[in-house]
Amino acid sequence: MTLNVTDLAIARGGLPVLEGLSFRLEPGRALILRGPNGIGKTTLLRTIAGLQPPLAGQIEGAEDQIAYAAHSDGLKQALSVTENLIFWARVFGTSSVEPALTAFDLNALKDRAAGALSAGQKRRLGLARMLVTGRPIWVMDEPTVSLDTRAVAMFADAVRAHLGQGGAALIATHIDLGLSEADVLDAGAYKATLPALDDFDEGFL
Amino acid sequence: MIALLMRDLRLAVRAGGGFGLGLAFFLIVTVMVPFSVGPNSELLTRIAPGVLWLGALLSCLLSLDRLLALDWEDGSLDLLATAPLPLEAVVSVKALAHWITTGLPLVLAAPVLGVLLNLPGQGFLWLVLSLFLGTPALSVIGTFGAALTVGLKRGGLLLSLLVMPLYVPTLIFGAEVARRGAEGMAVQTPLLMLAGISAAVIALLPFASAAVLRINLR
Repeated sequence: MTLNVTDLAIARGGLPVLEGLSFRLEPGRALILRGPNGIGKTTLLRTIAGLQPPLAGQIEGAEDQIAYAAHSDGLKQALSVTENLIFWARVFGTSSVEPALTAFDLNALKDRAAGALSAGQKRRLGLARMLVTGRPIWVMDEPTVSLDTRAVAMFADAVRAHLGQGGAALIATHIDLGLSEADVLDAGAYKATLPALDDFDEGFL
Repeated sequence: MIALLMRDLRLAVRAGGGFGLGLAFFLIVTVMVPFSVGPNSELLTRIAPGVLWLGALLSCLLSLDRLLALDWEDGSLDLLATAPLPLEAVVSVKALAHWITTGLPLVLAAPVLGVLLNLPGQGFLWLVLSLFLGTPALSVIGTFGAALTVGLKRGGLLLSLLVMPLYVPTLIFGAEVARRGAEGMAVQTPLLMLAGISAAVIALLPFASAAVLRINLR
């Protein structure tokens, strides 16, 4: 399924941050989103994930196709690694969590409570969640935060395997993931010049 | 949906889940009332239905601010919103899990505590029935309040203020069923009103909760 974004404008807190943004994400391709802090990368990803409406423009092919990974991993501290993954697998209607545990080297930790994991291990678990969703388009916000180089390589392998199966990935990151085949989109070029919205309701809606 | 329900129930009974908080509060309120108003058994008999209902309502209120805030803080609410489950289902399941962990224990504990307040024998059935019909409404209305205040840090005060007026009809008719039942009067009218309020909020409020949640997640 191709993700098609045309002439998108997005706002955060009533202030337009990006405008005129268009791109296509074909199956089997990865798109790296770059840009300085505060340019609106997270807002763009949240908009594409459907968590907030765009100001203008269209997003096609995103409905029910996206697995979204935010800054926080959405883990429950009191549940074990396996329980956390099984929960998400059942929510997304898939069954097997073993490949995800193996891909991020979590087998040795699988009975440990998520609250007892280190920051990097939590992030690996958060990324393993993407594998159990079974969704074709991965939308990830700074996925490599607190990962060591070995885990970054694990992540790059997982993304490559996903692309090999006809999936696609949209990744906002500041570091080099080692995905040489990926396209790069610099959000800085689309910085909004629109004035602040003069719509009173927007503050509430 | 079942996965979400099971997860919430499991989280509630594990360490730090807060299961039993409402029950303990209910116990404290009802045990303390005879100390504060004196051991006059006639007086206790008269106020028992109202005290039990008020205690149940306040214990319900106590656990509301954790209902969605915990999921919001650790990011799982964002992820649930992008999952195949509609948000209406998410909030309904959350309300159901809240009722099972808070409302149902109150219903089951109420007869025991009724003894402490010298509730007349004929009132027990109606007390339990009114709580059984009324507490689901408290959970569903509470979920709506929690959805309204989900993005706010320490939103507990605002949540209580928002939810209190919405709790009033349930409290009035619930306590009325229990009072009339205890005094041996006909309970049909308040009972039907109570059941009607519960049925209406269960049918309608999940849509409102999901709508405000969508706005709050932006």
